[in-house]
Amino acid sequence: MKFLQALGRIRHMLIKEFLQTFRDPHTRFVLIAPPVIQMMVFGYAATLEVKHVQFAVMDHDNTQESREFISRLSASRYFDLQLHAQRKEELRAGIDRGDFLLGIEIDSGFAQDLRGPKGAQVQVIVDSTNSNTALVGLGYVTQIGQAFAQTYQQDRIRRTDPQLMGVIPHVELIERPWFNEGFDSRWYFVPGVIGNLMLVMVMNLTAFAVVREREIGTLEQIMVTPIRRWEFILGKTLPFFLIGVFDAGLISLVGTFWFGVPFRGSVVVLAGSTMVFLLSSLGVGLFISTISANQQQAMVSAFFFIMPATTLSGFGTPISSMPPFFQKLTYLDPLRYFMIVLRSVYLKGVGFDVLWPQIAAMAVFAFVLLSISILRFHKSLE
Amino acid sequence: MSLRRIYAIMRKEFIQISRDVRSLLIIFAIPLILLFIYGYAVNLDVKHIPLCIYDRDGSQDSQDLLKAFQATEYFNIVHLARDYPDVVRQIDTGASAIAIVIPVRFSQDLRQGGGTSVQAILDASDSNSASIGLGYAQGIVAAYSSRVQVDWARHRGAAPPVPPIDIRARTWFNEDLESMANIVPGVVALVMAVVGAFLTSLTIAREWERGTMEQLISTPVQPLEIQIGKLVPYFLIGMSDTALCAVLGVRWFGVPFRGSWPLLFGSSALFLIVVLSLGYWMSVTAKSQLAASQFALVATFLPTFLLSGFLFPIDQMPLVVQFITRILPARYYITILRNIFLKGTPVSLFAGQFVALVIYAFVLVALATRAFHKRLE
Repeated sequence: MKFLQALGRIRHMLIKEFLQTFRDPHTRFVLIAPPVIQMMVFGYAATLEVKHVQFAVMDHDNTQESREFISRLSASRYFDLQLHAQRKEELRAGIDRGDFLLGIEIDSGFAQDLRGPKGAQVQVIVDSTNSNTALVGLGYVTQIGQAFAQTYQQDRIRRTDPQLMGVIPHVELIERPWFNEGFDSRWYFVPGVIGNLMLVMVMNLTAFAVVREREIGTLEQIMVTPIRRWEFILGKTLPFFLIGVFDAGLISLVGTFWFGVPFRGSVVVLAGSTMVFLLSSLGVGLFISTISANQQQAMVSAFFFIMPATTLSGFGTPISSMPPFFQKLTYLDPLRYFMIVLRSVYLKGVGFDVLWPQIAAMAVFAFVLLSISILRFHKSLE
Repeated sequence: MSLRRIYAIMRKEFIQISRDVRSLLIIFAIPLILLFIYGYAVNLDVKHIPLCIYDRDGSQDSQDLLKAFQATEYFNIVHLARDYPDVVRQIDTGASAIAIVIPVRFSQDLRQGGGTSVQAILDASDSNSASIGLGYAQGIVAAYSSRVQVDWARHRGAAPPVPPIDIRARTWFNEDLESMANIVPGVVALVMAVVGAFLTSLTIAREWERGTMEQLISTPVQPLEIQIGKLVPYFLIGMSDTALCAVLGVRWFGVPFRGSWPLLFGSSALFLIVVLSLGYWMSVTAKSQLAASQFALVATFLPTFLLSGFLFPIDQMPLVVQFITRILPARYYITILRNIFLKGTPVSLFAGQFVALVIYAFVLVALATRAFHKRLE
């Protein structure tokens, strides 16, 4: 009987929340449009791939060998040749203006040195304002240079001493990329964007939820009703949970059908773990809401949590490259676990047998944070 | 226009802000936390990649190769696999990102002369780390291979083969490839967007929600006076946050500063006027703090975050997205900041960016002023 009464009170609370949320056209818009817009923009923008880097070349050797080297660079999908410079100053000025990122200098005598005992030299100047692009771009130049050198050497041995080819020992590395054969950066980032958006959205909404009633004074009205505090909290958060589930479905569809990220796992695993993650995000938001006096405080506190949470989640940079202290810190970040789940379900297609530790960790977060919030929330005005 | 009334609104706003100590503290803590995390935690240089080894040969030669993997800081050998399913499990759970499989006849093939191969199984779901890791692994194997060749040549009394090409790299502007030099300008812009648009997006909406707008309307204060009085405090907060970031970036993190300080503050003031007006406009339009803050998030924070070059280089984005970035004021500000910090190129080279910001400032101030009406409905 008591339970039925509680359910009735929660139902009233739910109706009130849904009415309040969907009456304001701005809020209605906020619930649907930003997640989809952000998914589209982030999905396109979030890539660490380095392709079509503009480069200029100053070829003072101008032999068949040097031209062969340059055409290997410009034929690859990583580099686009923009300018044949005559003087060093042209390279310098172009990099200054930002016309191209790489300048390649080949001195005269390149072809001769290739055959000589010391080996030939190539100078590469790179604009390293963006260090990742510079690093990856340099790596490609080195790889292409090595490949060029190897073919050149083999050609020479084949011409001068054909018997040597069969006996000279060498080891090569054969690559077997799993899960993402084309090294498509988008496949990695799009599932990650889903996690980020879910956290930001659900947490923001709930952070505002309780404190809004407090700020505009309607919390007082609720306090005089017979509703219990866990019923109030449940009534407050359930709508956002449902909205979160709906938005998660929506942007997952965008990820699969618009961006073409393969979905190799099971929908059940994804849905189940998304719900657990949503609960933990609700927990964080609710906790912020109970410790804030007004919406401004709730907003800056939420922001204060989101910034480190997204950066330490492993979304943009791998956790294994962080210093040990920060690696330990990431265990306090619920998004960390969800990132692993999302990427594993999408690309690796693994199930509960592999992912249960991550899901369990998120469940612990949800339980602890929601309990604290309910205990902290008092039906009193102070 | 009355200075006295502007001053009154300003004072009210200042008192309101200073009563909320926690918000104020967080606003100054956010740039510190960002700089700290990006300075120490986030590292795009991929290192300590967890590696799994499946040595099916178990010979002296295979051990030599493994030692080469052990010796670099790029890899951490976390697991020695016993069989193939063990390897699969390592990659599936993500415990290892790369597995190196050495074939059974590795040593034998090498001794007989001719080629042999080693397999690298990559968890390529993280394509960036995987391709960088693959590059490292190829380097290690190539070095091992040429060591073997040198030994072999010495054995036969022949001249050792030389690597015929040597790529010498020189990096400009950011010589040590420190990502910090790229991040500090980004953090400055990000903080401006947060302070500017986020906080101001609440100011007018708050008055509506709490019902104090009615009181404000009944006073003789003019719309423009409200706008100026409300925005000046946030302008000052934004400018001091910028100064904090810049000084900390240059003094503590050693980011180069090659331009001039007046230029930095001039362009920051300009950008701040743009984002403040934008936030104010949203606040006036939305009338609810939740909706206004969400608008501000999509309109200012996200573009600034994406364009600051924190993580994602703009020139790698699809052309449509690149075109969209040209519409956003943040892009122009970040270009100016990059120049001031890293390049120190003369102002004439980025005068266009300044003009763009001035135009944005005019348009948005006008929009914000026109949107506000002293009416209850």
